[in-house]
Amino acid sequence: MTDTNVSFVRTEQIPPSPPPAAEAGIVKWMRENLFSSILNTVLTVIAAYVIIRLLMGIVPWFANGVWEAGSMRECRDILAGASGACFAVLVDRWDHLLFGFKYPPEAYFRIVIALVLLLVAALPVLFQTVPRKLLLFTGLYPFIAYWLIWGGSLWTPLMLLALFVLTAMVYRLIGEQISTDMRKIAAAVVGLIAGVGLAYLLFIGAGELGFIANSIGTSGALNTVAYGAFWLMSGFTYLFFIPMGIFVGYAIYNSYEGGGLVSVVTALLFLYAALTFVFGPVSDGLASVVGLELQAVASRDLGGFVLNMILGTVCVSLSIPLGIALALGRQSDMPLIKGVCVIFIEFIRGVPLITLLFVANVMLAYFMPPESNFDLVLRVIIMITAFSAAYIAEVIRGGLAALPKGQYEAADSLGLNYAQATRLIILPQALKISIPGIVNVAVGLFKDTTLVSIISMFDLVGMIRGPIQNATEWIGVYWEVYGFGAMLFFVVCYGISQYSQWLERQLQTDHH
Amino acid sequence: MKKSVILGAFAVAGLSAGMAAAGTLDDVKARGQLNCGVTTGVPGFAEPDANGVWQGFDVAVCRAVAAAVLSDSNAVQFVPTTGKTRFTALASGEIDMLARNTTWTFSRDVDLKFEFTGVNYYDGQGFMIPKELGVSSAKDLDGATVCIQTGTTTELNLADFFRSNNISYEPVPIETGAEAVQQYTAGACDVYTTDASALAAQRANFEDPDAHVIMPEIISKEPLGPLVRHGDNEWGDIVRWTLNALITAEELGVTSANLAELAGGTNNPEINRLLGTEGDLGGMLGLDGDWAERAIGVAGNYGEIFATNIGEETPIGLARGLNAQYTDGGLIYSPPFR
Amino acid sequence: MTTITDTPAPASFRLSSLINDTRYRSYTFQFIALVAIIATMAFIGGNLVRNLAAAGLNISYDFLGAQAGYDINQRPISYESTDTHGRAAIVGLLNTLIVAFLGCITATVIGVIAGVLRLSPNWLVRKLMSIYVEMFRNVPVLIWILIIFSIMINTTPAPRAFKGEDATASMWFFDSVAVTNRGVFLPKPIYESGSLIVGIVFLLSIVGIFAFRRYARKQLYDHGKLIPTFWPSVALFFVPAILAQLVLGNPITLEYPELKGFNFKGGMTVRGSLIALWFALAIYTGAFIAENVRAGIQAIPKGQTEAAGALGLRPGRIMNLVVLPQALRVIIPPLISQYLNITKNSSLAIAVGYMDLTGTLGGITLLQTGRAIEAVLLLMLFYLTISLSISFVMNIYNNSIKLKER
Repeated sequence: MTDTNVSFVRTEQIPPSPPPAAEAGIVKWMRENLFSSILNTVLTVIAAYVIIRLLMGIVPWFANGVWEAGSMRECRDILAGASGACFAVLVDRWDHLLFGFKYPPEAYFRIVIALVLLLVAALPVLFQTVPRKLLLFTGLYPFIAYWLIWGGSLWTPLMLLALFVLTAMVYRLIGEQISTDMRKIAAAVVGLIAGVGLAYLLFIGAGELGFIANSIGTSGALNTVAYGAFWLMSGFTYLFFIPMGIFVGYAIYNSYEGGGLVSVVTALLFLYAALTFVFGPVSDGLASVVGLELQAVASRDLGGFVLNMILGTVCVSLSIPLGIALALGRQSDMPLIKGVCVIFIEFIRGVPLITLLFVANVMLAYFMPPESNFDLVLRVIIMITAFSAAYIAEVIRGGLAALPKGQYEAADSLGLNYAQATRLIILPQALKISIPGIVNVAVGLFKDTTLVSIISMFDLVGMIRGPIQNATEWIGVYWEVYGFGAMLFFVVCYGISQYSQWLERQLQTDHH
Repeated sequence: MKKSVILGAFAVAGLSAGMAAAGTLDDVKARGQLNCGVTTGVPGFAEPDANGVWQGFDVAVCRAVAAAVLSDSNAVQFVPTTGKTRFTALASGEIDMLARNTTWTFSRDVDLKFEFTGVNYYDGQGFMIPKELGVSSAKDLDGATVCIQTGTTTELNLADFFRSNNISYEPVPIETGAEAVQQYTAGACDVYTTDASALAAQRANFEDPDAHVIMPEIISKEPLGPLVRHGDNEWGDIVRWTLNALITAEELGVTSANLAELAGGTNNPEINRLLGTEGDLGGMLGLDGDWAERAIGVAGNYGEIFATNIGEETPIGLARGLNAQYTDGGLIYSPPFR
Repeated sequence: MTTITDTPAPASFRLSSLINDTRYRSYTFQFIALVAIIATMAFIGGNLVRNLAAAGLNISYDFLGAQAGYDINQRPISYESTDTHGRAAIVGLLNTLIVAFLGCITATVIGVIAGVLRLSPNWLVRKLMSIYVEMFRNVPVLIWILIIFSIMINTTPAPRAFKGEDATASMWFFDSVAVTNRGVFLPKPIYESGSLIVGIVFLLSIVGIFAFRRYARKQLYDHGKLIPTFWPSVALFFVPAILAQLVLGNPITLEYPELKGFNFKGGMTVRGSLIALWFALAIYTGAFIAENVRAGIQAIPKGQTEAAGALGLRPGRIMNLVVLPQALRVIIPPLISQYLNITKNSSLAIAVGYMDLTGTLGGITLLQTGRAIEAVLLLMLFYLTISLSISFVMNIYNNSIKLKER
C-alpha cells in the first residue's frame, strides 16, 4: 500500500444511510399504525383521551391505596380526604373472600391442595401430549377432592370408589367371562328380580297417580282436565305394570346370548344393593377401626371464591355426560325420546338461570320425599348441571351435525350397531369439534355461578354483598371488593378462554 | 351431606310412601343440631363476625333454644335466608325455627300456616332523612324518593301510609341493607325507610351520623319474633317457653352472674320453678329440669342479651323503649311459670 | 344413525323381536321411556301433594286477583298499590321487555362498532377494543351490573346538588336535561290539538324519504345518474314537520323537568336502575357481539375486499356495501342467542332494584303472598314465552337474509 496513489478507490461499501426520520423506527410505526389517515388520527386522539382520563381516575386512587387499617373509618382518617382505595378490607377479609366465613381456617390448606390437584387432574384432559397414564389420576380425583374439601372419614370416598370398581368387575364378569349356560342362569335370576321389582314400582306409581288425581279434585275446568289426565295415566300404568314387568324380565333373560343387557342390569342391581345395604355399615365399621378422619365440613359452610370454583367444576363435569346423552337423544329417530330431549333443552334454554335457582331454593324441596335431606348446595348443583347440560347438548348437537353423513354410513356398512358406531366413530369426532364450544359454555357457567348469591349463598359476590358490606367496620366499601372479585374471575376466565383459542388453532386441520 | 345424600339419591327408586311423622324435637335430638334460619346479615340482630361466628339478638334466641334442647349452645346450624326463601325453608323442614326479625302478621300466621311463638322485639317502620333537608314530619315528604329494603312488610306499610295521607312518592326497592345505605348516602334517595331498629343500627356506622335524623313517626307495628311450623305444638311450646324463660329471668332478676347461685335453690318459688329446683316444668316440655338454666346460661337473661347486642352501650345504641319489661313501662311480658 | 334394516321375513313376528329386531326395538324403547316418564311424574307429583298437605298449603292462583298493596316506580301502564298482583306482574313484564329492547339495540350498536374497530389499522384503537372485549367477557355480568350501578350512584350528582345559589351541578342543553343519580330527566313532548297533523306530516315525510331513495336508486341503475341522497333525506326528515309545527302554531310543546321540592318534576324520567341495568347489559353483551362481528367479518374472504378495492370503492363503502352484508349471514345466528341472553340476564334487575318481572312477580309478590311454587312457575312461563317469541321472530329474519341457493 502506498499513499502516493491519488485516485480514490473505495474498498468497502458505504454503510446504508438511515432512512428518513419519517420512515423509520417509532415514527414510521406511529405513522402507519396511529396516524395513517385523518379518520385514524381522530380515532387515535379519542382513544388516547379515553385512556388518559381513565388512568387519571384510577392511578391516584390505586397508588394512594391504604393496605393497613382496621375499618373504613381508619382508612378515611389515613387518606385525610385524598382519593384513594381502602385495600385494607381485602387484607382483613382475605380468607372470607376466598374460602367463605364458615370454613374452618385450619382446613384451608385442604382446599388449596384440592385446587392444585385439580390442575394436575385436568392436565391430561386438556393437553393431548401429557402421558395418558395421568388419566388414571383424573379418574381418582373426584374421590380425593371430595375427601379433602368435605372431610370426614376417608373410608366414605374409598368405599364408593371400591364399589364402582366392583360394579365394573361384575359387569365384565357377567358380560364376558362366564359361559353362556352360566349366564343363562344369571339372566333368569336377574330378569326375575328386575321384572318383579319393576312391576312393584309401577304398581306403587299407579297408586300414586290415582292419589294425585284425587287430591287435585274436580273443582274448576283446569283441575278437571288434570284430574282426568292423572287418572288416565294411573289406569294406563295399572294396565301395564304386570306386562311391563314380564316384558322387561323376559328381555333381560333373552339377552343372555349377547350378554349386553343382562350385564348392565346386573351391575346396576349390584350397585344399588351394595349402596343400600353394604356401604353404610362397612364404611362406618372401617372408620371405627381406623379413623383416617379429616375434620368434616358441611357443604353449607363452603363459601367465597372456592364455592364458585367448586360449583363450576362439579357442574361442568357432571353436565358433559348428560349433555352428550341429550344431544344424542335429540338426534334420535324415536319421536318420544327426541321430543323429551327437545322440550328439556328448549325449556332450560328459554328461562333465566336465576329462575332455575329459585326452583332449587324454594321448589325442589317439595318435589323430594319428605324425609330426604338434600341440602341447598346439592340442589343448586342439580339445577346448574341441568342448565349447563342443555347448553352443552346444543354445542354437541352442532358437532354431530357437522360430521359428514358418510361417517354414519361408513359405520353402518361396517356392521356396527348404534352403540358401537356412536362410541367408536361418531362421538370421538363430534366431541373433538365441540371442545371449544364446550369450553365457552364452561366459562359462561363459571361466571354464572355468581348468581347463587341472590339465593342467600355466600359465594364471592354473596360474601361481598352480605357479610362484608354489612359489617359495621366496612360499611361504604364498594370498588375495592368488586374490583377484586372482577380480577379473580378475569384471571381464571381469561386463562381458560386463551386455552380454548389455542385449542381451536390446534384442531384446525384444514388450511386456508 | 355425605351418606344420607347418596342414599337419598338412590332411594329415588324406592318411591317412598307415607311420611315420617316424627316430631321436630325428636328430629333435632337425633340430629344433635338445631337448624335455625337467620338473616343474611343485619347488624346487631344476626350477622357473622370477623371470625365467621354468628352474633346478634336473634342468634341469641337460637342459641338459647339449642342450649335448652341439646345442652350445647353451639349445636346450631345457622341457615342464612333471604326474605324470599325464609318461609319455604321453614315450611319444607329445612330449618326447625326461624329467628329472622320476622313480623307477626295475620296472613303469615293463618294463611302461610306458621306459628309465632312470641315477640322478642317490638319494632316499627320509621324514616331516616338528612338533616339538611329540614323535614320534620313524614307528612311533608310529598314527592320524595324513598329507598325501601325489600323482603319485608315495609313496601306495604309504605304504600298504605302515603295513600292514606294522599301524598305521592317514588319507591326505590333495594335488596340488601348495604346497598340501601349506599344509595341513601349518595343522595339517590331522600328518605330511607325500614324498621326503626335497623335504621338506628345503620346510622351508627355513617361517616357523620349526626347529619341524619330518624323521624318521630313510626308508621307500622312490627312485632318481631321467632316462628315454627303449624301443627307441631310440642316443638312450638319449647321455643315459646325458652323465649319466655329469658324474659321471666330478667323480670325475676336472674342474671348470668347469679344464675349458678340461684339454681341451688331460693325462697322464691317462681325462680325455683323456672330453674327446675321445684316442680317439673321441664319434664312437661319433654326436656330435663335444667333446661331454662342452660338457656339463660348462654348469654344471660333477655335484658342482658339486649344490652350486649343492640343496647345503648353498643354501636347500634337502641333504647329499651317498648322493649322494656312491663314493670318498666314496656311491652315485654311473659306468662307466669306455673 | 340407522343401523342395518333389512331383516328377513317380515311376517315372522315373535315376542323376542320386540327386543332383537331393530324394526320393533324403537317402539319398545319408546314405550319404556313413556312408562319411565309416567313413573317420574308419579314420584314427583306424589311427593309434591304429600309435602303440600303436610305443610297445609295448596296450589292456587287466586293470589293474582288479590290486591298487591305495593307501589312500582316505573309504570308503563297505569298501576296503583290498590291494583292486583296480576296487574303488577304485567307491569313487571313490560318493564322486562323495555330493558331487553333497549339493551338489544344498544348492545348491537356497541358490538358492531367495537367489532369493526377491533380490525382497525389503528393500533391504539385495536388494543383498546380488545381490552374492552376481554375485560367484559371474562367477568360475571352480575359483578358488572353492581359496578356500573355503583358508578352511576356515586359519580353523578344528587338532585339536591342542583339546588340553591351555589349549586354544584347544573342541567345540560339549555336547562332541559338533568343527569342525576336518580336517573336522567328529559323534556317530554305535550301533544295539543293539531299535533295529529304534525304527526301525519312527519310520517308522510318518512314515506317520502323512502320513495326518494327508491327513485334515486332506479335512476342510478337505469340511467347511471348518481343522485346524492343523504342531505335531501335529512332535509325531508326535518323540514316538513318543522314547517307544519310552525304553521299550526306550535301544537307540540315540550315540558321541561324542573327541580321542585325533593325531585325534578315534569318531563320524562329514565330511572337510574333502568340506566344501570340497560348499560350494564348492553356493554357486557356488546363485548360478545363484537367478537361475533369480528368473526363474521373475518369469515369473508380477503378477495372480496380486494375486488371491491379494485373497483375503486373507498374503505367505508367496502365495509358497508360488500363486507357487512355478507358477514351478516354469519353474524345473525349468534346474535339471536345474544338477544336471548340479554332478555334472560335482565332478570338480574333484582340486584339494582329495577322492577322487572323477577322484581314484581318473582320478588315482592312472591314475598307477600308466600306462593313460591305458583309464582316461580308463572315466572318461568313468562320468560319461556318471551324467549320463544324472540327466537321465532329472529329466525324468520334469519331465513329471509339467508343465501338463496338455487
